Amino acid sequence: MHELSLAGGIVSMIEAAAAREHFRRVAQLRLEIGALAGVEPQALRFALTAMMPGTCLAGGEITIDEIPGIASCLHCGASVEIASHTEACSQCGQFMLKATAGTDLRVVDILVFDD
Amino acid sequence: MCVICGCESGAGPEHTHTDDEAAGASHVALTSANGDLHYGTGAARLSVPGMSQARAIRIEADVLDENRRHANRNRAHFASHRVTALNLVSSPGSGKTTLLCASIEALRVRRPGLAVAVIEGDQQTSVDAERIRATGAPAVQVNTGRGCHLDAQMVGEAFAHLDLHAAAHHGHDAGAMLFIENVGNLVCPALWDLGEAAKVVVLSVTEGDDKPLKYPDMFAAATLMVINKIDLLPYVSFDVTRCIEYARQVNPTIDVIRVSATRGDGMDDWLNWLLPPRADEHLRPQKQSFQRRTGLQQVM
Repeated sequence: MHELSLAGGIVSMIEAAAAREHFRRVAQLRLEIGALAGVEPQALRFALTAMMPGTCLAGGEITIDEIPGIASCLHCGASVEIASHTEACSQCGQFMLKATAGTDLRVVDILVFDD
Repeated sequence: MCVICGCESGAGPEHTHTDDEAAGASHVALTSANGDLHYGTGAARLSVPGMSQARAIRIEADVLDENRRHANRNRAHFASHRVTALNLVSSPGSGKTTLLCASIEALRVRRPGLAVAVIEGDQQTSVDAERIRATGAPAVQVNTGRGCHLDAQMVGEAFAHLDLHAAAHHGHDAGAMLFIENVGNLVCPALWDLGEAAKVVVLSVTEGDDKPLKYPDMFAAATLMVINKIDLLPYVSFDVTRCIEYARQVNPTIDVIRVSATRGDGMDDWLNWLLPPRADEHLRPQKQSFQRRTGLQQVM
């Protein structure tokens, strides 16, 4: 359940932004989760929902965009989309893939109110 | 009723809207002095009926950036003290602590000047740190409480309690080796960079040989897979070849070493992987089987 730690990281990131940008509350929080980030979107949403009350995120809406995983094939050189590290290259069938994108959990933007 | 926005506050023109009101109600700012209405105080500097004064702020940041900053600080700190740090990950009970105790003894024989220390991560107890200290090596126990992994900040603070600095500053040419034994968990520790040179995943033959497929993120993040407890192979149905095949499916470049930490099998291969060859070592006979990429040297 590392999503709890990640949710804590997100809340402190937003609280720091609130101090910097002088806003009072967040109406919408938009996240991007890569398919290869090792993060379960539902578990993260659950953890965030539990943590938001009492912070500037209280009552805010969470939007999660799931980003496809991209890997480069060390055998045929193709760049292919994968949902997990266990997949073979869809071009040549070899298990020679190295992930190149979709490995991150990012906070994209927030919609805030100053009142 | 408020004549401005229709809310039911019933107060005079000075009333303010509270935070829990619906977005859209806060389109106007009131001054408390004379009741003037200012519609242009929001970020947009104008008011559109039905639209609230919300503003978007781009953050565009990786949630693990803060951890990465700590990890990079650790990495620089390790490098400046010539400390090689390894992050050992596995499920509970794979034999990480037993492997470390055996490694400390073996390294003492193989390279007497090398300082070795351990950071032990567990949710509770200092049992593992005590086992390490019994070998004579310094160890710091980090209890994560309910936490399921070590993070870079914990490791940085634990490292400050170790005396590897002294070893680096007193002319020990051999440098130092820091083993970080993560919390037994094949899922969460995969995401946290601790500033290590490499992640080493330990898998014992009493577990399933399909674990690399079941927990692919961890095997994808590791540089080396140590298959431990191979002395028990006659008694279990673990297929070593299939396990390696699965591990290479998720990580085609992963190194593999088979050991029995209790019986000593494979310990030479493990030490060869750990220690970059020194100038005088070409004089000694050495197994070459796992030297194809000189192990750890490749990732440093």
